[in-house]
Amino acid sequence: MGLIDFFEKIEHSEPKSTLGKVGRTAADAVFTFLYSPKSTTRAGGVHIRDGIDLKRTMFQVMIALQLCLIFGTYNIGHQHFTAMGQYAGFVEGFHLKLVHGLIKILPIFLVVHGVGLGIEILFAAKKGHAVEEGFLVSGPLITLIMPPDIPLWMLAVAVAFAVIIGKEAFGGTGMNIWNVALLARVFVFFAYPTTISGDNVWVSGFDKIATGVGTEYGWGHSLFNYLFGWMDLDQFAVGGAVVDGFTGATPLALASQGGWDAVTSVYSTSQMWWGAIPGSIGETCKPLIIIGMLFLMFRGIASWRIIVGALLGSAIMGLLMNAWGATPFMTIPWYYHAWIGSMLFAIAFMATDPVTATATNTGKWIYGILIGFFGIIIRVLNPAYPEGWMLAILFLNTFSALIDHYVFESNMKKRLKRA
Amino acid sequence: MISKRKLLRIFPVVTLVLAAEILLAQSSISGSNITTYSLIAVGLLIVGFAVLALSDNLLQIEAQKMGSDTSQNNFSIFPKLSEVFGSAKPDFVGQAGMHRLSKGHDIKLVGKAEPIIDESIKAKTFAVKPTNFRGLSPIPRMLVAVGDEVKAGDALFEDKKDNRVKYASPVSGEVIEVKRGAKRAIAEVIILADREIQYAEQQLPDLSTATREDIVNFMLSSGTWSLLNQRPYDVLPDPEIIPENIFISTFDTAPLAPDTSLIVDGKGASIQKAIDVLSKLTSGKVHLGLNASAATAPSDALTGLTGAELHWFNGKHPAGNVGVQIHHIDPIGSTEKVWTLNVQDLVTIGDLFLEGRFNMERIVALTGSEIENPCYVKTFQGANVGDLLKGKLKESKSRIIAGNVLTGSKLTESDFLNIHDNHITAIPEGDDYELFGWLLPITPRPSVSGTYPNFLFRNHEFEPTTNTHGEKRAFVMTGQYEKLLPMDIHLQQLMKAILANDYERMEGLGLNELSEEDVALCEFACTSKMPLQKILRQGLEMMREQG
Repeated sequence: MGLIDFFEKIEHSEPKSTLGKVGRTAADAVFTFLYSPKSTTRAGGVHIRDGIDLKRTMFQVMIALQLCLIFGTYNIGHQHFTAMGQYAGFVEGFHLKLVHGLIKILPIFLVVHGVGLGIEILFAAKKGHAVEEGFLVSGPLITLIMPPDIPLWMLAVAVAFAVIIGKEAFGGTGMNIWNVALLARVFVFFAYPTTISGDNVWVSGFDKIATGVGTEYGWGHSLFNYLFGWMDLDQFAVGGAVVDGFTGATPLALASQGGWDAVTSVYSTSQMWWGAIPGSIGETCKPLIIIGMLFLMFRGIASWRIIVGALLGSAIMGLLMNAWGATPFMTIPWYYHAWIGSMLFAIAFMATDPVTATATNTGKWIYGILIGFFGIIIRVLNPAYPEGWMLAILFLNTFSALIDHYVFESNMKKRLKRA
Repeated sequence: MISKRKLLRIFPVVTLVLAAEILLAQSSISGSNITTYSLIAVGLLIVGFAVLALSDNLLQIEAQKMGSDTSQNNFSIFPKLSEVFGSAKPDFVGQAGMHRLSKGHDIKLVGKAEPIIDESIKAKTFAVKPTNFRGLSPIPRMLVAVGDEVKAGDALFEDKKDNRVKYASPVSGEVIEVKRGAKRAIAEVIILADREIQYAEQQLPDLSTATREDIVNFMLSSGTWSLLNQRPYDVLPDPEIIPENIFISTFDTAPLAPDTSLIVDGKGASIQKAIDVLSKLTSGKVHLGLNASAATAPSDALTGLTGAELHWFNGKHPAGNVGVQIHHIDPIGSTEKVWTLNVQDLVTIGDLFLEGRFNMERIVALTGSEIENPCYVKTFQGANVGDLLKGKLKESKSRIIAGNVLTGSKLTESDFLNIHDNHITAIPEGDDYELFGWLLPITPRPSVSGTYPNFLFRNHEFEPTTNTHGEKRAFVMTGQYEKLLPMDIHLQQLMKAILANDYERMEGLGLNELSEEDVALCEFACTSKMPLQKILRQGLEMMREQG
């Protein structure tokens, strides 16, 4: 086998230069991606090993995210045209919406992975380790929680911050305290708040349309226009203005202004359920998120305790908010909280990150329920920013070690008492 | 501190007040009807549950006051999950209590031994390895030289630190080699066996009048002392320490493990004798773990024993591990020492006291997908592996394991079995690349994870290789070990404590209750391919040095 020989030759080489080391690390990553290594169990341990490894585990999460990724891509285009009142039906103008979505999401995806994996490989080469698989999941997750128009340089800075300060500084995959994807988002949120909050950022190109400039398209669109013209299909048209009544506000923003009535006056519940609403790229379509959530739960990758705990916690806090009912946002029926914002996405994919969550089963219940509590509290009571899951999860990430500590202490006390 | 019971009493009151307040507040705003209804429903549910929980607690307290054993019998009004969904208690357990262990996993492999003893296979050379005895100094004092004739039961060497502890020859014959390893430590004392085994004469103590000291001295000098194992740390017992309890597991749940009923067949009298002797050596009891998950009852030689406490265990591997059984019978305290034995060693001790001969006969299972016609063979302890496997191996390039695939040691055909081995497994080596092996595996492989459709084929027998199926990584997944270890131990945290040299945590989290075999299944299942047995041994040695 020529390919194996080629990679083995790289593996056995002893590069002197830094560049050579980085190259070898990268080649090794590709090699182990293509071929499961031929290593066998060593004496003094088990002789057979389970078929699962970290690559396979991480890949399960990637599979679970695929549906959200595809829908999110299309929804970027759909929201873009909806803002201008064009192609109102969901599948009308399918090719334009899909291409616009792809043109928006591909650079994000590539920048996230280029920066993230690049840093991972650099650090792995420096430490003499193999590249660990953590970023295989962080990459798509970061893509899915960004607004479609995020400037790519901001994204690159945010990813670099999250990977270097959030992960590599603590020792790499498995050692980080905070969820890497959320760190990238929280960095953008605090460093460049205008790009990730407000009504104008959730629909691609809306900034320009809203200020009356009209849409502008780049070379990518022109290329496809050429193709579409040749195929006698509709083409991207420069210009366009905001259709009457479209504000670009997400259901969350509406909810904080006028409660559930304000939300339903713009979006129907089924629209919010199926996800044809503005928002972060991957958070909108609830059924697909639930499919991913169930997939991970039944494959045993995500902890069902955390998911059930968080849903339970948010339901209880939602009920209490209903009971209090001091502001319009508080009166939103507790069962509709899952319809708006990123609640389900955050619970399914962010809260269940095994590295940053609690490690014990008791701890997972507490962690999940508290995420539910805090998520709703921050969402409903926070005056500045009407979403709570990112901050709630990062907050509980910080305290997960403490929660576990008390679980371990109680186990130790039990043992001491018995003696 | 508020006690749990007090909390339970306050709980309904608090929930009632809370529910009422919520309802009142709700009606004043006049929200949607469905919110009000769901609030009422939740309130009712909470109150109902509180009432149930309270009465349940009262029942338990009453049962405890009446002196009932709440650990084995369920006095709660809620049935345990295992009672609803778990397997029914087998008939042969009868009225006795049974420990149900829901955690664990049985790895089913190709190559289970047929229950026949192949008389044609005979080993010629045997060895005693000083390295098998943890706690023995690496260079023991030799009592024989190359060329000497020995009988079965004659001492071969003794401990330099305590020369009362003798190590006896399992067979009669000629000492042909004393093999030395690194730093001149003695690795193997090899004996070429006679065709007919001659037994050395033994001065049996009279059991009716003998004191504990007499028996201990006799066991020390006869070589049977070396069969005992002291926990924690799995070391040779200190003759000065009286064990709290003695534990014997009479079944093995490891992959392809030998069937004990074949081994104990017709040995009832010897086992009874051994129990009688052992019960004089402990301040506590002799506990016997019996298998309640098999289709048929264990042999009468085990169930009919007197003088020992019988405990039934129902569960998957590692339910047959003595460490797991100890955890459920009487956990090892911080300063306690207990002894453990396996069944064949019990027979040797029984034979010695019954017949006056040091009988190290062993029934060894030859198993695994690389073995032609897997079966049992009758031989003696420390038999040469190559002799036993002559003509049995399908391919020369396979992994030969003394023991099972999880805990066994890797041997070659020129090696000898270890002191407690009664099992050889041979499986193919897996040193080849697999294209996208992590993503689209071509061959079925055993797995605990839900990412393989293995749960659909519960009775499929796998043919695994020694491939690691991935590279070592940092700890990422959590809760994986805890699902497989039926003990109240946070294993992952314990491993981290060992790696961090945190003695207090190590002891507190239950290091002393564990042995390598208990964590082997977790090591198999580990996503990050961590060497748990190695880490655990490192921790145990650190604790042992601390004393």
